[in-house]
Amino acid sequence: MERKIRILLAKPGLDGHDRGLNIVARSFRDAGMEVVYLGLHQTPEAIVRAAIEEDVDVIALSVLSGAHTTLFKKILGLLKRDGAKHILVTGGGIISKRDQKELAEMGVSRIFGPGTPVRESVEYIRSWFIKKNEENRKKR
Amino acid sequence: MSRKKTQEKPSLKEVHSLSGISLKPFYDSNDLRSWNPARDLSEPGKFPFTRGLYPEGYLKKPWTMRQFAGFGTAKETNQRFHFLLESGQTGLSTAFDLPTLMGYDSDHERSEGEVGKCGVAIDSLEDVEELYSGIRLDQISTSMTINGPAAIMFAFYVACAEKQGCRIRDLHGTLQNDILKEYIAQRTWIFPPGPSLRIIVDLIKFTTKHMPDFNPVSVSGYHIREAGATAIQELAFTLMDGFTYVEECRKAGLEVDDFASRISFFFNAHLDFLEEIAKYRAARRIWARHMKHVYKAKNPRSWWLRFHAQTAGVSLTEQQPENNIIRTAIEALSAVFGGCQSLHTNSLDETIALPSKLAAHIALRTQQVIANETGVTNVVDPLGGSYYLEWLTNKMEEEAEIYFKKIRDLGGVVSAIEAGFYQKEISDAAERYQREVEEKKRIVVGVNQFQMEKEIFKPPILEITHETELTQIRKLKALRKRRNHRKAVQTLSVLGKAARGKANLIPYLIDCAKAYVTLGEIADCLRSEFGEYIPPSIV
Repeated sequence: MERKIRILLAKPGLDGHDRGLNIVARSFRDAGMEVVYLGLHQTPEAIVRAAIEEDVDVIALSVLSGAHTTLFKKILGLLKRDGAKHILVTGGGIISKRDQKELAEMGVSRIFGPGTPVRESVEYIRSWFIKKNEENRKKR
Repeated sequence: MSRKKTQEKPSLKEVHSLSGISLKPFYDSNDLRSWNPARDLSEPGKFPFTRGLYPEGYLKKPWTMRQFAGFGTAKETNQRFHFLLESGQTGLSTAFDLPTLMGYDSDHERSEGEVGKCGVAIDSLEDVEELYSGIRLDQISTSMTINGPAAIMFAFYVACAEKQGCRIRDLHGTLQNDILKEYIAQRTWIFPPGPSLRIIVDLIKFTTKHMPDFNPVSVSGYHIREAGATAIQELAFTLMDGFTYVEECRKAGLEVDDFASRISFFFNAHLDFLEEIAKYRAARRIWARHMKHVYKAKNPRSWWLRFHAQTAGVSLTEQQPENNIIRTAIEALSAVFGGCQSLHTNSLDETIALPSKLAAHIALRTQQVIANETGVTNVVDPLGGSYYLEWLTNKMEEEAEIYFKKIRDLGGVVSAIEAGFYQKEISDAAERYQREVEEKKRIVVGVNQFQMEKEIFKPPILEITHETELTQIRKLKALRKRRNHRKAVQTLSVLGKAARGKANLIPYLIDCAKAYVTLGEIADCLRSEFGEYIPPSIV
């Protein structure tokens, strides 16, 4: 059997709105993923350190404070610095379409806005994971 | 139910209120058997105030229209304040950015990217002076939504008013200053419960003595509801927090009638119209009964539950944002039927960004239409006596009492927070709601039904650029250079000394404010005395 998907969930920055993240955490667990839940008020450094130590496949961030551009950028930069670019970075929150485009250009994968059914994000991560594994197999 | 067979699809199951209360198709006198109108309903302006605090309702004066506003720098927010006041708003309400709410200056490393983003950036008295420039603080009631560093912001506000030439006795407004619900739901804290409660009591003592028209605490259910709680949980948890503040003040040696009338409340106005009205009515009745019978308050003013309401941000959708105008209008109407003292109506772009000027304009006009065109202010508590509404009001009170007992059995609010009780209650409710929406047991227009491929309305978006942060940091650095350094250091060290003792900290904070000590510097000084709050880890 293939190993479970390991996903780190965190709220970077100072934002305290954790309703969404809590729901997503439960749903990912129910979907059979291994969730590393860092929770509130995390610095980019702490997130990247934990992601590498815990060997996660995915980092999912929730930002409702408007600070998303700065925070995602920092996290992507740290991942690159530490040779962990293979980790998928995704997230959700109050992020305008324009900013979503900017994040995508930076290398953030999909952003899930308000009203997204949780199963949509579960399916997205699962299919990304399957595709990645197939590609890795081909490479070998 | 018999309807099950006749209906094809979707099959009509049992009906529940938004908060999960099981409902019958109709209500009649049989549902009010134990209800005694003389005891439980009474008249508007009479104990237990189910029908409202004032016999004249809104006939003399409508509620205060108080739109929560704040973004970017103090200068930008000041312009928005003037725009709202020119549009007929009758009170001010200030939204601060996250660094301010967490007690960090704009140039702190943790503030990076957050400055001016979800509220206005305030670092010192200088910013507050600019924030309220052209607005006499003794002429308008001013609300400040801040908790962890509430006492620091209060000191800035008082110092600013004095510089304007106001007497502090003439100031009226509200400081949110409700740390318990921060631990429970909103999560912007600095200090642990012990010192936090001490500062709150200091504020209550100070305002009771010097500022008789100022509300030093606004016990808030709003954020508890937004985090996922039901109407019953919002009601029960909020009132229980209120009781806790009363008990803390009594422990500190205050007489209940000296301060109780200064405690105010803040509730959410959600979409289940009648359930919300029942919630406000029950809140007034429960508070009045407890203040009179449990806490033995003698002054009728101590029995009053005065409240601000804000429509539910969480009920708004990113999809078809124009529909949010309708949701907000209905929610606002529930707060008016519920007898609110002041009201904020959300902007239609709440799920996308901070309110644009257009969206803020529509939101304020919504209240003005309700107040001036619909006639709902002509009669006090017009729905009073409805079988369903009275039954639901009773139900809310009963359920809240059950929660009070549960929380007391856990050792009170602080112990319940430490035990993770609230966290679990609220996230269970949030998850239940999300599941219902995903299973289409609850319809959200534009989200899980009546969707559109292409949006027909694209609201303008308020952009807050990185330039804001740079401007704010430049201003802060210039202030640190310009101010009297010796005086700043000296007031700060006196504050530290006071924090180690038992003195009321407010006058010391005002001295720091006047010496242009920054919010972050004051918070750091208190952090080193009081420590920082670490939430219990609950998975």
